[in-house]
Amino acid sequence: MTAPRTMFEKIWQRHVVVDRPDGYTLLYVDRHLLHDGSAGGYGKLREMGRKLRRPDRAFATPDHYTSTASGKVADIRDPGHRKLVEAIQTNTAESGVTLFYVGDPRQGIAHVVGPEQGVTQPGLTMVCGDSHTSTHGALGALAFGIGTSEVGHVMATQCLWQRKPKAMRISVDGTLGAHVTAKDVILAIIAKISAAGAVGHVIEYAGSAIRGLSVEGRLTVCNMSIEAGGRAGMIAPDDTTIAYLRNRPFGPKEAEWDKAVAFWRSLPTDDGAGFDREVSLNAADIVPMVTWGTSPEDALPITGRIPEPSSGLDAAKKDGIARALDYMGLTPGTLLEEVAVDRVFIGSCTNSRIEDLRAAAKVVDGRKTVVPSWVVAGSGLVKAQAEAEGLDKIFLAAGFEWREPGCSMCVGMNGDTGKPGERIASTSNRNFVGRQGQGVRTHLVSPAMAAAAAVTGRFADVRRLLA
Amino acid sequence: MEPFTTLKAAAIPFDQPNIDTDQIIPARFLGKARDAQVNALFHDVRYDPAGKPIPGFVMNQPGFAGARISVSERNFGCGSSRENAVTVMVDNGFRAFISPSFGDIFFNNCFQNGVLPIRLDAARVAEIRKALHEKPGSEISIDLPSQTVIGPDGKSDRFEIDSFRKDCLLKGVDEVNLTLGYEKDIAAFEAKQAKELSWL
Repeated sequence: MTAPRTMFEKIWQRHVVVDRPDGYTLLYVDRHLLHDGSAGGYGKLREMGRKLRRPDRAFATPDHYTSTASGKVADIRDPGHRKLVEAIQTNTAESGVTLFYVGDPRQGIAHVVGPEQGVTQPGLTMVCGDSHTSTHGALGALAFGIGTSEVGHVMATQCLWQRKPKAMRISVDGTLGAHVTAKDVILAIIAKISAAGAVGHVIEYAGSAIRGLSVEGRLTVCNMSIEAGGRAGMIAPDDTTIAYLRNRPFGPKEAEWDKAVAFWRSLPTDDGAGFDREVSLNAADIVPMVTWGTSPEDALPITGRIPEPSSGLDAAKKDGIARALDYMGLTPGTLLEEVAVDRVFIGSCTNSRIEDLRAAAKVVDGRKTVVPSWVVAGSGLVKAQAEAEGLDKIFLAAGFEWREPGCSMCVGMNGDTGKPGERIASTSNRNFVGRQGQGVRTHLVSPAMAAAAAVTGRFADVRRLLA
Repeated sequence: MEPFTTLKAAAIPFDQPNIDTDQIIPARFLGKARDAQVNALFHDVRYDPAGKPIPGFVMNQPGFAGARISVSERNFGCGSSRENAVTVMVDNGFRAFISPSFGDIFFNNCFQNGVLPIRLDAARVAEIRKALHEKPGSEISIDLPSQTVIGPDGKSDRFEIDSFRKDCLLKGVDEVNLTLGYEKDIAAFEAKQAKELSWL
């Protein structure tokens, strides 16, 4: 009998090409996602005078620099950015890579498109030149972000040099309360373990509350593994995963379906397998969360107050809180529910899937926005699905802008930014200084909480708004 | 890649934890050519929206110009995978970063650019930062072959580094060339996988 293994261990072992005596592994990469920021990878490939080794294993879609106003390449204002979007078309055409280009309904944020197209599958290794590649672990893949040099390395060799990360299990057991979502779960986890809590680790999320999440919810949780410092995040494939994957365009075809499912069923962590670290949370303790500071670990329950940089803290912590409060323009002791917002953004690879838009629409229905508010669907297909369900009409009637797919105001690379000093309730993943524009103050929330902020102009507890 | 062996240079302390790569180089500079990114280093925490230097930020304080080593609180380089966060530091003279911990992707990106990230005990890092504040411009000595760092106070510490990474830095190894030496193994892996996961 073999020793019990974690899911991470099983996937890792299956992808070892070479194990060196010095502890380094040449790891095979099954899927490589490319976006308009990956032009540098092609540049590296050209510098080396090499060809892309496995074009059949790469999939591309522009997302960072696309215009969410019109969805037209010609409308990208910055000529440099327009060139980057156009480059993905010429680069993928030359190298024979599948592309979902602007205008194709399948185009969207790489981390929305991958699962949607069945490119993401259990048991695979996946990389992308984007830190939120951890998202794909929601389907039981080992997926992580890499830099441009490593993008070039994967293009040339389909492999990466890796030291095996440690394994960490985060269990969330019990039942989530009404209007408490996957976003609140991951923010509660990060608040508990810190933004560096999982550095050097691959996280496996487990427990009944995680199993109870839809694939969309699981994608949200795994997406923000990087905000907890994790190398990757993953969730064991189960009936929910398998039902989601059936008939996906790039998934296994009917003739191979049973073989694929049998493989997927072999992946979950064996009973008795050891983790380097275990953390657990009670689902019932989690309430809608709002970040107040400039790190995702600065998250509080909506019922909380802005912290005081005082009592029982060391000088560095006090200084950190004071700096964050100064940037965020907040007064210690203020109830979060009394903090007014200037703008709302619903979108990003964290929260732009159909379930996210449904949750937001439910809050918005029959109400009016009181601040400028945007919905940016994660892909053309999500947008079309929402329109088929009439969600666009609900958002538009409430005063939202209903925009074209892309990363948009999560990172602002395409010019979708707030104004200095503006306070944004955002469903994205990072409340870093300047993330949504210079001087912009970002508060991370769930889609339902963002919608509640849009119609009240402050951080309202969605549980009471919908009671 | 330029090899890394030893470095004796002025160091600069960053006291905040979780310095993310968005701070190191804001997203709006990423679409520009590398040489147009040089002045973007820490731009939005270094300058206010009007372009005036923010006095509280350490790079705007006297005595730290020309630093080639950073000494920071935990989780330096967390967040976005942008390799520009490493290259913009390199283009501003940096060759080594010291911190109790790093963002994993940033850490890997360092080795791709001939930069040495050094993990030291948090208490020791705090001590070094304090010494740097007390005497701005103080130097730190790094010796990669012996894996030692000598702080501004003259105290020496040993640091750990994977022998693979150490070797690559010392020799300035091109990783792609190294990998291509394993071509047979890669091809064998692909042949085996094509049978096992035939639907891919």
